[in-house]
Amino acid sequence: MNWLLDLTPDEWNAVRLSIKVATVAMLASLPPGILIALLLARGRFWGKTLLNGLVHLPLILPPVVTGYLLLLSFGRRGPAGAFLAEHFGIVFSFRWTGAALACGVMGFPLMVRAIRLSIEAVDRKMEAAAGTLGANPLWVFATITLPLILPGLIAGAILSFAKAMGEFGATITFVSNIPNETQTLPSAIYTFTQVPGGDEGALRLTLISIVISMLALVASEVLARRVGRRMDIE
Amino acid sequence: MTLSVDIQHRFGEFAVEARFDSAGRLTALFGPSGSGKSTLINLIAGLIRPDKGRIAVDGRVLVDTEARLFVPMHKRRIGMVFQDARLFPHLSVAGNLRYGRWFTPSSERYAKMDAVVDLLGIGHLLDRRPAKLSGGEKQRVAIGRALLASPKLLLMDEPLASLDEARKAEILPYIERLRDETKIPIVYVSHSVAEVARLASDVVVLAHGKVAASGPTEAIMQRLDLLPAEERGEGGAVLETKVLHHDEAFGMTVLASQAGEIRVPQLARPVGATVRLRIRARDVMVATEQPTGLSALNILAGTITAVRPGIGPTVEIAIDCNGAIVLARITEQSKHTLRLALGRQVFAVIKTVSFDSATTGAGLTVEADG
Repeated sequence: MNWLLDLTPDEWNAVRLSIKVATVAMLASLPPGILIALLLARGRFWGKTLLNGLVHLPLILPPVVTGYLLLLSFGRRGPAGAFLAEHFGIVFSFRWTGAALACGVMGFPLMVRAIRLSIEAVDRKMEAAAGTLGANPLWVFATITLPLILPGLIAGAILSFAKAMGEFGATITFVSNIPNETQTLPSAIYTFTQVPGGDEGALRLTLISIVISMLALVASEVLARRVGRRMDIE
Repeated sequence: MTLSVDIQHRFGEFAVEARFDSAGRLTALFGPSGSGKSTLINLIAGLIRPDKGRIAVDGRVLVDTEARLFVPMHKRRIGMVFQDARLFPHLSVAGNLRYGRWFTPSSERYAKMDAVVDLLGIGHLLDRRPAKLSGGEKQRVAIGRALLASPKLLLMDEPLASLDEARKAEILPYIERLRDETKIPIVYVSHSVAEVARLASDVVVLAHGKVAASGPTEAIMQRLDLLPAEERGEGGAVLETKVLHHDEAFGMTVLASQAGEIRVPQLARPVGATVRLRIRARDVMVATEQPTGLSALNILAGTITAVRPGIGPTVEIAIDCNGAIVLARITEQSKHTLRLALGRQVFAVIKTVSFDSATTGAGLTVEADG
């Protein structure tokens, strides 16, 4: 056990950074994820198929391609990157925020899929009933739709988190592998495997990686079951 | 309350073109499935936007396509009870009941939690989840939820249609209390003669998306031709009666009506209570002389005021018994043999055991038909 927890500061930072990046990626994806899932589940507009394809693109493209596209658009000189840096002071390139962006984008299709499915399963008659009771569409969404899709939200969030914990290709392409800044667990493990005598460190981080993933999965199961029991739709 | 509807709406093959006004305590929209009654109630609730027309409640215009006016459903303050209760599964019964209160301006909140819970007998259910309720309980909670939003009008869309007979009998008295003890006007959609005859003060009959007739329940129920084919056997006169006394020895209740005393199987109602009695036309025999040596206990004297062709080889005879109309359905042959015609003095004969809980609207202490 001591052997497992006896990490160097750099290794600890990789663990902490990974959890931070994955959490931020998951939380920041939720609002746009819900919005896009709503659009795809209920919207009727021109270009819906296109939007659907766009959302799923990171799932199909090689991660390196996604990372490179992020570099082109959100890098210092990229159009989006330059705009955000200039007006909001948000910089992505070679920062942990860039890693979070890459992880969020890679997990986005998984999150949207889960939320979309749960929105499609919502009985719209419930929403109509809430409307006759005086709730305007916004309140209906907040008090009826959102609670009813909670299991789907949790599933989507966990998928996004899990994907972020494992993301490697897009992250390393976009923000490189800088210790204490952009070196997440997978990057750190990769680095260990590239140096002689790095096997022990790689194994330690691998085990930690497994533990974190298991914990996240168990937590999601418990949460989903609790929510499910509360709802208990006949 | 006055409800005034004049709308045209079509989707696909189906078109609704309805125009009626009602000021009734409980107005029934009555007709077979596919007659447009649910569409109509959804239009009133604001769940559907009509192609053309106008709907107003107490002078407040809810829709007027010509004036490009459409009040969205959440601003209408019209309560709705759906056939499939539609309780929110993520809230407890109490949470469901309180839901509408949030959105009601406090100055317009007239419904009191305790009173409504009491009225519907749901006090013991408050902590439960909707999934743990029976069909009848769900529907009572749904009624309570609609009431607690303090609506100006309550719509009920076949609230009993998905329940079995026992559950229906459980809920009907609560709807009667709602009608008699609150001031909220109710519009009630139904395809059942038994429910309409028992509950409604006014009836709007719909057929093929159009209004076939409208008026007070007693008058509409006389028109057997308006009833859907499968419900025609249930049609007949509706009389307002009062419990005169109970005949404990023979297990009967004697009701006083304008047509005379009527004996029915004993009712669980106190002396003096009003009972709305439906006398199925098929249960009424016609005699040209005062019958003797007959087991039937109810013999009402009257004059024939109408003879109408019925379904198949039958005729419908309307008999004016001291101002109250009793309907009889008899065969063409009987009419011929007895030479029944307008103005003829006759006797309407009704067996006591032909009354049951569906026609007396009150729990019988002993079910007569079994």
